[in-house]
Amino acid sequence: MSVELSERPAPPAPREITTQPRRSDQIFRIVVTIGGMASLVILGLIALFLSIKGLHILTEEKLGFITGSAWEVITDDTGSIAESKFGIGAMLVGTFLSAMIAILVGVPISVLSALYLTFYANGKVKKFLISVIDLMAAFPSLLFGFWGFFVFMSSAEYWAKLINKYLGFIPFFDVPTPIFERSPFIAGLVLAIMIIPIVTSISREIFDQTPLDRIQAAYALGATRLAMIKAVVIPFGRGGIIGGAMLGLGRAMGETVAVYTVLNVVYQINWQILFGAGGNVASLILLKFGEAGPAEVDALMAAGLVLFILTLLVNAVADLLINRFGGKGR
Amino acid sequence: MTQTIPTPQRPWQPSKTDRFETLGVLVASFVLAGLTVEFTGLNGKLGFVVSLFFSLLILNYGFYFQKQGKAAAKDSLLQVFTVMAIVLTLIPITSIIATVVSKGYKGLHWGILTKDMALASVNDPIVAGGLGHALVGTILMVGGALIISFPIGVLTALYLTEIRGPLTRPIRFLVQAMSGVPSIVAGLFILSSLVYPVTKALSGMMGSLALTILMIPTIARTAEEMLILIPNELREAGVALGGTQWRTVAGVILPAAKSGLVTAIILGIARIIGETAPLLLVTGGGDALNLNPTEGAMGSLPYYIWKSFLTGGTPEAFARAWAGMLVLLSFIFILFGLARYLSGRKVG
Amino acid sequence: MTDNKGFQDNDKEEKMTTSHATPASLSSVASARTMSQPGTTLLGTGLETRGVHAWFGKKHVLSDISLDFAAGTVTALIGPSGCGKSTFIRTLNRMHEFIPTAAMAGEVLLDGKDVYAPGTDVTKIRLRVGMVFQKPNPFPSMTIGQNVLSGLKLAQIKKSNTDELLESCLTRAGLWNEVKDRLGEHGGALSGGQQQRLCIARSLAVEPQVLLMDEPCSALDPGSTFRIEETIAELAKSMTIVIVTHNMQQAARVSDYTAFFLSDGGPGEMIEAAPTSKIFSSPQDKRTEDYVTGRFG
Repeated sequence: MSVELSERPAPPAPREITTQPRRSDQIFRIVVTIGGMASLVILGLIALFLSIKGLHILTEEKLGFITGSAWEVITDDTGSIAESKFGIGAMLVGTFLSAMIAILVGVPISVLSALYLTFYANGKVKKFLISVIDLMAAFPSLLFGFWGFFVFMSSAEYWAKLINKYLGFIPFFDVPTPIFERSPFIAGLVLAIMIIPIVTSISREIFDQTPLDRIQAAYALGATRLAMIKAVVIPFGRGGIIGGAMLGLGRAMGETVAVYTVLNVVYQINWQILFGAGGNVASLILLKFGEAGPAEVDALMAAGLVLFILTLLVNAVADLLINRFGGKGR
Repeated sequence: MTQTIPTPQRPWQPSKTDRFETLGVLVASFVLAGLTVEFTGLNGKLGFVVSLFFSLLILNYGFYFQKQGKAAAKDSLLQVFTVMAIVLTLIPITSIIATVVSKGYKGLHWGILTKDMALASVNDPIVAGGLGHALVGTILMVGGALIISFPIGVLTALYLTEIRGPLTRPIRFLVQAMSGVPSIVAGLFILSSLVYPVTKALSGMMGSLALTILMIPTIARTAEEMLILIPNELREAGVALGGTQWRTVAGVILPAAKSGLVTAIILGIARIIGETAPLLLVTGGGDALNLNPTEGAMGSLPYYIWKSFLTGGTPEAFARAWAGMLVLLSFIFILFGLARYLSGRKVG
Repeated sequence: MTDNKGFQDNDKEEKMTTSHATPASLSSVASARTMSQPGTTLLGTGLETRGVHAWFGKKHVLSDISLDFAAGTVTALIGPSGCGKSTFIRTLNRMHEFIPTAAMAGEVLLDGKDVYAPGTDVTKIRLRVGMVFQKPNPFPSMTIGQNVLSGLKLAQIKKSNTDELLESCLTRAGLWNEVKDRLGEHGGALSGGQQQRLCIARSLAVEPQVLLMDEPCSALDPGSTFRIEETIAELAKSMTIVIVTHNMQQAARVSDYTAFFLSDGGPGEMIEAAPTSKIFSSPQDKRTEDYVTGRFG
């Protein structure tokens, strides 16, 4: 086809296709669109109302709200507030610590479990295991919390003692006094058990999407299952797995009752994960809410706002990673 | 020269010898682990599990190394790791179910679903009270949440699958982000937007509204997944017959997705039925039966369990709490079984 | 199930007639091999199948295939879609078993040893019997160079002179001149035809005795097809090639032997196997003639 460009007639302008939807369809579209906006509206309202109540605390305490650790309200004889100090530094550190422990323990187990479900189990065993793990993902956090407190804690305490005994020279595993109950370590393990089914499900879905032709190509080259997984499945699923881990992180950071039951909340920054003193933003809110006066409630709202923004950020990153890497080439 | 068709075989599946060898390695690992616990400083359940894990790794590696070489030996290690991981995943779930059943049955009695705690404290004998008020409260709150979140969730799903407007991607993200909102934040939101400025009192309806926020994303996402499964031909057929989009959706799409939408409802209920934190903040958690969601404190199963655990301390209180947990868990089992049953059937 | 049974009864009658044809065509292949046809350089290796059947679930898809692939020859498998050619070729290097419901019967002998024998290390079989797929499937996370050498990594084979190996594989696959300056680029950056030749180079790196090609050109344009055919001719000097193709001209161009597969609704069967020139000029079976002359299929 060697037609000179100059000789080619100009293509006609594309016709514009217009449709005039019927009245009923217009109404339908408007209603559905309004309904679809609900999530936007609700998230906006959450940010708005928490800000209305809590923002003045943030402006009063400034950066101290994030970095400080004191949470004190001193009332004078008449019951009005003489002095108040609000800082959630210790809570943020504690939230971060236990969520990180949950990720470090939970994600490897989840990914390996998902590998087992995708590439090793088959038939009825596979179906059964998937059902059980999906069921576990639907367990209420209350259940994890009390099981953690009454059943799991004694074992975890024993493990913590062992870690401290043999690895105590590492600052993280040191303790100032031998109190191992209700530590960030134990809270992190309970959270790990809670997020394992969630991360396993996400990882399994991603592994299931691995292109079959690549898997076959690897096997046809004489790969063992391990070599195939390393060469094909992991490069394909890496982004999605990280996204799944971030979702788990978001869940672990926002969890309330499961942490409240197994964590000793202390208003002091503590990096020693085995020591029975930690912090957690959500648990702080629950702990202080019952006895809080109006000013303290506002401070709790501010803490809620910080937690809300944090989980929103983590979820945004997770969503980005899963969408970017979840279903596509690499 | 007649020819018979031979029987189908699967020579790649493990043969009897293979299975025998696998079993042998497993038994040997247990023996080795037992010996390690017996003769070294390791002890207890943890010591046994750890040494079993290493025994499995070492013996599998050695066995497959002499049998098929290094590549196969390394491959067997991954298998040990994945099996260990799935076992580690299953231990907590088994332990949780066993704990709830073994501790919960002590708190069961004939009146548990009908009596309330109006005249009993958590430390009173078990037969003195029940969790009827909590059950009714949970049903009312979950029902209320469902009435609000089902239409919103389905409309969101319809926007994502049928309208596919310019905001499809952002909305999908926001639904995802909403599912990550910590439950306690949902409670704080209801407090700050309704309880403090408007009603100035805690009530069951406030609990419903807080649960709504947590329920919408689950329903929207499940419904979206179900609507995507409806073949496009159905949509085109509806429109090609001269139906409006509205009639196609109402008359063809939604009926076709009926069981899928029921699944969405069930999963939504399962998501919120055990939700505790927001209810602790906004419902007041009464001990007496209260059928009016707009006025007065209202009990709920999670609140009942929470209160029994934290305010009692006597064996009766704990038995009550675990029995409440057993009832809650039974509900989740039933809901989950229903969802499995429905999603197992063909869509439409 | 009763319907199925009816089918199978028919099959048996059918088989009575074909079972006469099969040994005859087999012996013609066997005699052709001993007669040392041009292009038949015996390397002391051989792939043979004896009475291979295949099933997917209860469905019998392939019936009683006995065929020899002499070392250094190119054998083309032709036949209409759904006649079991691809299933057959996948039984040869044990890729068949990846379909969960799959089953088989019979023997596949590589140098006289059954590849399905208990205790066989399947990865070693696949190292010796390489495969090129219908759709080019380079690993997207690896560069061109890494793709070629991926087989060594996957099978954990240590090689010292990898640069030489890389060059020789790409040269034999007819791709060296096009990619020698861009070995660090990702495989996805190549055209479809180049990707397919990259996949061929990838299978060559582990030095297989036999190369199976499952419709390697069906996704490619005529120009790329021509290049692949050149490559096949080049490779045939040093290895056994089995190629599944829908394109009869291609079979005529590249192969020494041709086997015609057909399914009449029941399991796929081999109707006739003979030197390619014979299949295309004077086929024994009426159905082969109908197919190669384009009267059906």
